[in-house]
Amino acid sequence: MQSLVIVAHGSHLNPESSAPTYDHADTIRATGAFDEVRTGFWKEEPHFREVLRTVEGDEIYVVPLFISEGYFTEQVIPRELRLAGWDVSEWGSDGLSADQATLVAEDIDREVHYCGPVGTHRAMADVIVRRAESVTDDPDVGDGFGLAVVGHGTERNENSAKAIEYHADRIAERDRFDEVKALYMDEDPEVDDLPEHFESDDVVLVPLFIADGYHTQEDIPEDVGLCEDHTEGYDVPETVDGTRIWYAGAVGTEPLTADVVLERAADAGADLGTALDDVRETTRVATGD
Amino acid sequence: MDDQRPETADPTAAHEPAVPEVDLPGDAFDAVLDSLDDRDPDEILRFEGFSVARGAEGADEDLSGDAADAYRLDPADGDRRTGLTERDLHEALSERAAAVTDWYVFERVVGEFGPRRAFLRWIEDADGETVETRYAALAEGIERAWGELKITATVTDRGERRYDVRHADDAGIPVDELDAYEDPLDARDLVTFDEKGRYRPLKTAPSLAGGWVFPDLGPRDLYETVETIYPATVANWHREREDELDVTHWRETMERQSGIYGVVKTWDRGEGHEHVDWVAEACCDDSQCLKRREWEYDEDTDLDVDGGDGAFPCREPCSVVVSAARKWTRLESEQPRTYEFDLTPSEKEQVEDIIDAVADGRTDEIREADTKEGANRYRTRFLRAKLFDEDGNLGGVPTEPDEE
Ligand code: SF4
Repeated sequence: MQSLVIVAHGSHLNPESSAPTYDHADTIRATGAFDEVRTGFWKEEPHFREVLRTVEGDEIYVVPLFISEGYFTEQVIPRELRLAGWDVSEWGSDGLSADQATLVAEDIDREVHYCGPVGTHRAMADVIVRRAESVTDDPDVGDGFGLAVVGHGTERNENSAKAIEYHADRIAERDRFDEVKALYMDEDPEVDDLPEHFESDDVVLVPLFIADGYHTQEDIPEDVGLCEDHTEGYDVPETVDGTRIWYAGAVGTEPLTADVVLERAADAGADLGTALDDVRETTRVATGD
Repeated sequence: MDDQRPETADPTAAHEPAVPEVDLPGDAFDAVLDSLDDRDPDEILRFEGFSVARGAEGADEDLSGDAADAYRLDPADGDRRTGLTERDLHEALSERAAAVTDWYVFERVVGEFGPRRAFLRWIEDADGETVETRYAALAEGIERAWGELKITATVTDRGERRYDVRHADDAGIPVDELDAYEDPLDARDLVTFDEKGRYRPLKTAPSLAGGWVFPDLGPRDLYETVETIYPATVANWHREREDELDVTHWRETMERQSGIYGVVKTWDRGEGHEHVDWVAEACCDDSQCLKRREWEYDEDTDLDVDGGDGAFPCREPCSVVVSAARKWTRLESEQPRTYEFDLTPSEKEQVEDIIDAVADGRTDEIREADTKEGANRYRTRFLRAKLFDEDGNLGGVPTEPDEE
């Protein structure tokens, strides 16, 4: 029996934090690829400490719905899941290439496949592009558009900047958008000066975050100048210094993120049948015909 | 024996619920055949009160060629005992449909997973009562409480279990007056906000809103619904029943924290556990959380506060408590000071009333014009008008002495 456990941060203060986790879990359930899909959280219930004891299966894939490799994926989750003998070297990662480690979870005395985070998987680039399609409501968006991928810089976690750059570079290689830039919230090149970094009149701004919350709903919109105060709201697109900015909100809310969760499990050996194709199909942006 | 019991002598005698008529559904019978197929001949399949096996016993040599396909029943209770055809077997099992459907429910529908199985068996006391007693009780509806939930188990005339789950406060309300749901995952939306629309950070807080019902769940969906409303409570309850609950006490939990929570380690100074008593009293009291706190200060040192009466255990300080402890660690590192200002006796009592009202979550209940209540809004605004200076300092005394 094959089980998927999606682990995410969650919040004591608002429901938006766990909403994408539930949505993606539902999308994956609908594919039938797993006998069960469970969710576990750091700040909600079931907690990381107790989620595995609710799992029935014997082939267990744990996928962290986190943006980068770092404190949570390397320390907190393995510790709280009680992965025996975990050491970050198990992933043998350069900060972007974590794949999976198979370890016994002491809580249940069974092996689990502990996968790398969703945010650093190569398929996340597709989600960023899909997010741009959703927010512009144009499945072919690219021509005449710039794309800004935005997140924390190195200050909090050096891998977070790496992930942003990695996806920006990959998307740039596709030559779909006129320009693609990685911008940061706390270091240069800063998202505050977005219009200065782009020549295009239209720029899609995709924050590399799992869920909407303080950073994506207050911090970035205000920093970029979409609004003076987030409580006023803003339009999509909103013109700032002559640039039309299409603000996408957290990339992790894009339904296609479910696909990356599946990719992680597949990389770790899960048997998914046609689930990957199914998810790519069901989460597509309508072409309008 | 039976006829010695005064059956109808006294019509007012204890009301004995009647055992319902049960038809044997095809899927239950097929499951029996499958199960027998999977067994070696002579390996018996046990039901309550009798067993069935495939193949003929030594004594029935006359069954020759078909022997392997024949079934036998033990004890047969007047039915044919050996060499039963599939049809005979069906007839015999139909006579015993209650026991067969009971086997089918737990072996095939509910399955092996420990917490789920134990929970569903507990609901109808399947490890304590006979099939007959349970089916009679189920026919009338067996009620169980789980946190704020009321679960009512019933049985259909095909021996299937059905469950009605709702808020205990909605007991007795007709289903069509409540919002009815079928999908256990819909419960996620029911637990997100309390009655006043406030986000619930702790699923086991006694703040579950009512007004909904899952009127007709099967066993697995019942388990999933309970799991969604009170995550991991069944798993922990099950471990506790098996004597395997892994309790992690306060000290150990705080020692484990890192990052921004690492500071909580410094709150324990080896000077007793009064601060943890206060935490437990603040957060873990039954009025705040329905889990029964099983964690203590450490393995050898119990807290002075009672753990509560909840059906399901709490095995370690939860994330809400750890977050609050982080705040308290900082606040409690401050040294007390003496502030001097005057209050009338009634004002002192009013301050106490206000603290009580906030701590007990009663502020919304205090009526606007009820000035007898110390925590009444007008009373409180009056106190503020009288005692605060323009900087919001109580009694005009600055918090920091050098602020003057
Ligand atoms: S630590 Fe206290 S508040 Fe938290 S779940 Fe346990 S009993 Fe409830």
